[in-house]
Amino acid sequence: MYQYDQYDQKMVDARVEEFRDQVDRRIAGDLTEDQFKPLRLMNGLYLQLHAYMLRVAVPYGTLSSKQMRMLGHIARKYDRDYGHFTTRQNIQYNWIKLEDAPDILADLASVEMHAIQTSGNCIRNISSDQFAGATADEIADPRPWAEILRQWSSFHPEFSYLPRKFKFAVIASDTDRAAMRLHDIGIQLVHNDAGELGAKFFVGGGMGRTPMIAPEIRDFVPADELISYAEACLRVYNRYGRRDNKYKARIKILVHELGKEEYTRQVEEEFAHMKQLGLNPPVEELARISEFFQDPPFDTQASDDLDLSDPDFALWVDQNISAHKQPGYAIATISLKPRGGIPGDASSAQIDLMAELAEQYSFDELRVTHSQNIVLPHVRKSNLYAMWQKLDEAGLAPANLDLITDSIACPGLDYCSLANARSIPLAQKISERFADLGRQRELGELKLKISGCINACGHHHAGHIGILGVDRKGTENYQLLLGGSGAEDASLAKITGPGFTEDGVIDAIETVTDLYLEQREEGERFIDTYRRVGMARFKEAIYG
Amino acid sequence: MVEAIRLRDDEVHEEPAVSLDSFLDQSNATAVRIEAGEDARLLLPYLDRVSLIEIDFPAFGDGRGYSAAQILRESGYAGELRASGDVLLDQISHMRRCGFDAFAPNSPINPQRMEEAFKRFEHVYQATSDQRVPIWRHRHG
Ligand code: HEM
Ligand code: SF4
Repeated sequence: MYQYDQYDQKMVDARVEEFRDQVDRRIAGDLTEDQFKPLRLMNGLYLQLHAYMLRVAVPYGTLSSKQMRMLGHIARKYDRDYGHFTTRQNIQYNWIKLEDAPDILADLASVEMHAIQTSGNCIRNISSDQFAGATADEIADPRPWAEILRQWSSFHPEFSYLPRKFKFAVIASDTDRAAMRLHDIGIQLVHNDAGELGAKFFVGGGMGRTPMIAPEIRDFVPADELISYAEACLRVYNRYGRRDNKYKARIKILVHELGKEEYTRQVEEEFAHMKQLGLNPPVEELARISEFFQDPPFDTQASDDLDLSDPDFALWVDQNISAHKQPGYAIATISLKPRGGIPGDASSAQIDLMAELAEQYSFDELRVTHSQNIVLPHVRKSNLYAMWQKLDEAGLAPANLDLITDSIACPGLDYCSLANARSIPLAQKISERFADLGRQRELGELKLKISGCINACGHHHAGHIGILGVDRKGTENYQLLLGGSGAEDASLAKITGPGFTEDGVIDAIETVTDLYLEQREEGERFIDTYRRVGMARFKEAIYG
Repeated sequence: MVEAIRLRDDEVHEEPAVSLDSFLDQSNATAVRIEAGEDARLLLPYLDRVSLIEIDFPAFGDGRGYSAAQILRESGYAGELRASGDVLLDQISHMRRCGFDAFAPNSPINPQRMEEAFKRFEHVYQATSDQRVPIWRHRHG
């Protein structure tokens, strides 16, 4: 894992002091709320319906046990004993007091963490593949590249007041576990013909009210030109992105309005200029950072055998374990989607336990996933059973990864001032309705994603089944969408038709899943059947 | 009118800044003001005869002026670069990093607080037109 040196540490320490000063000035009345707002947002502090919410960055979703424990400590000391893991691999606390925020940032800085740029119209936390460094299907570990980008984007003076927020994702595999093409800039590491590692750039993806899948704008950017190319992309956006209408201000709208070719032409022109400016760290810097991401000391003799005689354990292994590049090891995903629970929430005690298990069984490492789960990336197979027992005792062993109850849900009307409808209670009801694990497994991979309004924090556009909360004459109403995907087969979901009540939308989900079971061909997932059969057939089943 | 802040030692340029359109029409102006949406690159052919470029920030959240400043400095402009308008304490060090060396804020900025803001971050991660040494260069000499 990356470790701060004195420079990195000083940056976050200085930031804590700066923010302490800003909070003091706000409390003293020297800053108006209008002036304070962008400053607190750049430190991840939002004002929600009932209280302040603090969003803490988990760069590329990677955490050490010590950092995870600090997240538990913050939940216990400053919040109501729980935290919420988000779709951008961050954690949010919902009940924060303004005057505590500087102390929380200081606690975070003590374990090399921060809330810098987790909000605001700036470059946000860089997200990545939660299986990075553990999966066999990657060509390199994407995280050193993400760390280069993290440092470059931190306090970038030219790009701190962009037209709108800006999100990067970096992956290094053809399997996309990070919804890469739904980001403002998605980067996939690739080899060129000479065998060198570089970055393929996709620009202009995003969700929100106008969802778009990012088109590829360059097939290869060499490692030592990464920053100047990124700067060129950002500069064109900063200068020409729309500022007259906040709903049209994301880069996706610029790329769409200019057209991919024209946007690319402008970027290339800017790049030709910028690559001469000495903006790129030398390759030694990438090498230095990569040193921190070397494999942990795996036991090369570790056995691949697993005793699956406990049927519950066998189910969990079948569903929640993914293949590791190292024989004898496994990637374990801890589902934060228990029956009737709130997707992504974890109590302080659960956070502590996950930290302890990571220390004991996973070389001190954890990951946060964009589908709001936690990963222990390097678990020896011979330890899986013991670990699973401890997870199970703490309610952390739902065997539902990628099944219908492993849903993503935004905070919705329970917390969010922009919401039209509640998301959490709906997710809870769905998880009750489909609680039978046999039935869930019969339905197979099914990505259900719920947003409480058009802003799409719950990724409903990218759901095999998406649900969007809308407000209809003052009552909560839900639209059903089908056919989205945030993976390598990225696609945008389409609305089926008129909306439903809360119970009505759950019935409609049952209708479409029943139709799937009836129509599917050998080996087809829900999404495959939907794509083959088409919307009309599904509509007919729902609306008759 | 709030007094302008200058971080330069040379003489104050007395000629009033003209709009970009008038500047491009007129062959002898030496001071120009560009609005947030205007293209700073239009000035590049004339940089050697300009002594003052003022860039307006209609609202502090409108960050186009940062790119305009960087473009001018990257192209070798060495005269006064002044940020005017909604220029606030909390953005002023970013402005300086992008090459601004004078400020004409709508409301006064406490000079002591400004000095503190400039000193807050001992190091920087990026190479920008203020020529500060980025952290990666410290690391690798
Ligand atoms: C409760 C406080 C929140 C507020 C006020 C809020 C607000 C917003 C808004 C206004 C947008 C649309 C931005 C745009 O389209 O330009 C958005 C998008 C988004 N938010 Fe949130 N959000 C909140 C919480 C969350 C949470 C808890 C998560 C993660 C679980 C989240 C993840 C996202 C994502 C992934 C997007 C889509 C990004 C994109 O358009 O590419 N947000 N949010
Ligand atoms: S999707 Fe809407 S309701 Fe849900 S968190 Fe985002 S802004 Fe709030």
